[in-house]
Amino acid sequence: MPEPTRQSPTALGLDPRRASWKAWLLLAPLLVWLALFVLLPTILLIVTSFSNRDELGRVVYSFNWDNYRRCFDPTWLSIFWDSIVYALLATFICVLVGYPAAYTIGRASPANRRLLLTLVMVPFWTSFLIRTYAWISVLSQEGLVNSLLLSSHILPTPLSMMYTPFAIVLGLVYNYLPFMILPIYTSVEKLDNSLVEAAYDLGAGPLRAFSRVIIPLTRPGITAGALLVFVPAIAMYAITTLMGGGSNPTIGEVIQNQFTRARNQPFGAALGVLLMLLFLVCFFVLGRKKNSAHPV
Amino acid sequence: MTDSTLLGRAHFFRLPDGPKLVRWFCGSWTALVFAFLYLPIFLLVLFSFNQSKSGFVWEGFTLEWYDALFHNRVLLQAFGNSLLIGTISTACATFLGTLGAWLLYRYRFPAHRLMETFIFVPMIMPEILMGVSLLVLFVLFSLPLGYFSVIIAHITFTFPFVLIGMQARLEGMDPSLEEAALDLGATPSQAFFKVILPYLVPAIASGALLAFSLSLDDYIVTVFVTGAASQTLPLKVYGMVRVGLNPQLNALSALGIVLTMFLVFVSERLKQPTPGETL
Repeated sequence: MPEPTRQSPTALGLDPRRASWKAWLLLAPLLVWLALFVLLPTILLIVTSFSNRDELGRVVYSFNWDNYRRCFDPTWLSIFWDSIVYALLATFICVLVGYPAAYTIGRASPANRRLLLTLVMVPFWTSFLIRTYAWISVLSQEGLVNSLLLSSHILPTPLSMMYTPFAIVLGLVYNYLPFMILPIYTSVEKLDNSLVEAAYDLGAGPLRAFSRVIIPLTRPGITAGALLVFVPAIAMYAITTLMGGGSNPTIGEVIQNQFTRARNQPFGAALGVLLMLLFLVCFFVLGRKKNSAHPV
Repeated sequence: MTDSTLLGRAHFFRLPDGPKLVRWFCGSWTALVFAFLYLPIFLLVLFSFNQSKSGFVWEGFTLEWYDALFHNRVLLQAFGNSLLIGTISTACATFLGTLGAWLLYRYRFPAHRLMETFIFVPMIMPEILMGVSLLVLFVLFSLPLGYFSVIIAHITFTFPFVLIGMQARLEGMDPSLEEAALDLGATPSQAFFKVILPYLVPAIASGALLAFSLSLDDYIVTVFVTGAASQTLPLKVYGMVRVGLNPQLNALSALGIVLTMFLVFVSERLKQPTPGETL
């Protein structure tokens, strides 16, 4: 069913043609590609997660639950938990930091809005390696903060800020902040100003207007932003490895390790399948929340 | 949109609601957020011109690190790999994405919804899972890890982005454009190549740009499916970042930031409607 807003061919009386064999032939490469490089690998990952490995680390296909049983060992569960906590903290801080900025951008005059949005886009598009390296050069032992503190004799020894949970969360926040600002901005831009003015006219103070009118009306943006930050942040491992130095591993780091150094692909696959399930749950919960926020 | 044009540029930050305090708070908060976003990047660029090999004490201006960077064989070769892989996968992804978007827009297929949903999967799938699952596939079918496997992976995660952008452009298209072409005697393929395709050019360009930058930037998927010879620039950079601070990395980052700014500027220009367009 085409939505009424969409100018679909059907709405204008031009029927989408029924697919002829030629159309099928043209679509075939795309379908084959998806089947071969998305669907099949996912199935293989699931199959691998039930298999064993031989002494050389090769996968021996079989069926047992051993890998999953191992996943529920406290060691791995706590790593799962840590990853979720880092991602939650990062999402929370991104909302806190990003909301006022997104709000300001959304209410700026059109010319300023364009400029400010472009300014958000630049870090959004800059390589995450460059952005992470930027913070490493600020925080590391011989980095900017420590050279300032040492040369001004505030501290006798350098602070160790890298390789801590603080550094991990900071790295995540810095990398995902634009992903939070952009969707919130979109819903602030749509916000009907007369509703906010009505709240003031009816005697609400700025705090009340904010919590009772502005926040509920921009909730779709917050939910979308949370989806864009929280979900990828759980699985992110490159930033967490660089900022955490492997001392506080996340689930992504463990999976990567199992596939490379530890050569235990079936166990890595089982962790990967659990991560995938976690993802599906997040999408389901946050996606439903998003839909319920849009009654129309 | 209308109220924003009416109120115009009366204030720098248009916050008609609430007292001055709110406006002041929002303005300074935003300034701080931008400082947070830009200060580390700015420092990288600044210190890429610093003579000091280590530490953050300014010892004078130099282009030494840029010179060293342009003579760094390992990085240059990795950059060559990145360009080669990026170009080929962008071409394939743009082709797949454009064709797919057009077919799904113009024709009704059985299980249409399912197909459209499935195209999203590589976009939202965590990169690490895509990396490991492709690795399992390549190992099972004994496909050697190298340029070929990396290009396959890059096409897989870039083409949905091209397709989605194309769908947005097609939805804004006046369907009578094609109808008129057909009424005036064009065959369906003529109508596609002479009418539809020119209309899609801006979306093709921005889709290709997006695919290329995604490919150029990718570390997580590539690290699983690459061989020793086909290592891309992000892989080498990651290795360097792990070791520690390095002024050559500052120079490389500065170049990356300038390139990104340029690309963002270009893509913002592409988004502006071209004059003479009806929609």
